[in-house]
Amino acid sequence: MIQNIAIARPVGRVRTTPGSILMADFLQRIAERGDVDAFRKLFQSYAPRVKSYMMRQGADANTAEELAQETMLTVWRKASLYSGEKGSATTWIFTIARNLRIDRLRRETTWVALPDGHDEEASTDALPDEVLSERERKVRVQRALAELPPDQYEVVSLSYVEGLSHSEIAERLGLPLGTVKSRMRLAYHKIRELVEDLK
Amino acid sequence: MKITHHPEPESLMSCSAGSMPEAFAAVMSTHFSQCAKCRNDLSFLENVGAALFDSLSPAAVTRDAPVLAMRSSEADRGGVTLEQTVGDVPAPLSAVIGSDFDAIDWKRVTPGVWQHVVPLSGQQRGDLRLMKIAPGQVIPEHAHSGSELTLILKGSYRDKTGHYQAGDVADMCGASGHSPVADPVDGCICLVATDGKMKFKGLVARFVQPFTGF
Repeated sequence: MIQNIAIARPVGRVRTTPGSILMADFLQRIAERGDVDAFRKLFQSYAPRVKSYMMRQGADANTAEELAQETMLTVWRKASLYSGEKGSATTWIFTIARNLRIDRLRRETTWVALPDGHDEEASTDALPDEVLSERERKVRVQRALAELPPDQYEVVSLSYVEGLSHSEIAERLGLPLGTVKSRMRLAYHKIRELVEDLK
Repeated sequence: MKITHHPEPESLMSCSAGSMPEAFAAVMSTHFSQCAKCRNDLSFLENVGAALFDSLSPAAVTRDAPVLAMRSSEADRGGVTLEQTVGDVPAPLSAVIGSDFDAIDWKRVTPGVWQHVVPLSGQQRGDLRLMKIAPGQVIPEHAHSGSELTLILKGSYRDKTGHYQAGDVADMCGASGHSPVADPVDGCICLVATDGKMKFKGLVARFVQPFTGF
């Protein structure tokens, strides 16, 4: 069942985007002095992944490529809004791609804003020594995803990667809506537990 | 504003994935403007989305990076303000419905209950509406087909699951019926997203749908 709909999780070492500190540094160089060279490097790292994401979200190859270009242009234009304290460069670029997908592929208003680093109240929730390094957090999130039971991983992946709503997931898998929601809730608690309790 | 009822984790997850029907995302976003806890959860979950995004196998891009020419004045600068409320209406919503609940074009549904359907972008699944319930008004017991996400904007209501005040979210799913009672003094104004998959059962049901169909 799970294999049939091609949500097998990545096996072995995932080839992810290179050094996130480097990427954050590129963003900063774009923000500070419109560094075209830094942008080109970001483009090479992220555009293929954004294109892949857009295709999984239902875009054909041409549209996906256009959306990847546009995502990266938005990165260029909004680089000064990126705050390294709130998340990694990858997270920020993911949210730009996500919002562009809602706007262009679904033609809907994007209600949820990009993370903007202005939310001081939220970031004080964690004590300084509890703040995970970016790299550490990334590793833990990936490990937590890898440890999810297959039925939980499946609904999480359908939500993030295929862009399906709760009821669309229920239809796709032939499950009651409540089952989809409870699997996703379990996944959330499991991920939170694995990322936070390993301190 | 003391918020005691939050959206369920699966709603936060779907929202961070950008996979929610627009009506629901509108309710979530309005709640985020008031709730630091949920903003924090959202940002945690955006990292989860990024991890999945990062593990996709790249698709070859055929064109080069666009040639860039931008004066610094063209770049976007910050300036997003959270917790901004215009009149009674939290910021993301005031852009759509204005800042004054009294100026809204309310349509009476039944005695003591008014609604205003908030227009959305396209062929989305789901409806978004403002509901205004008179002080002390009881909404008859009703169940939900699909999901219902309610954010209290003004006043409060009670049902068997608790007391919901401004900023609180009731995240309901499925057949669990409830019968909210609006605050005896202030009544209640809330923003309600419902799933588009409603089952109309004949003309009579269709006629009372705006009221019973939740």
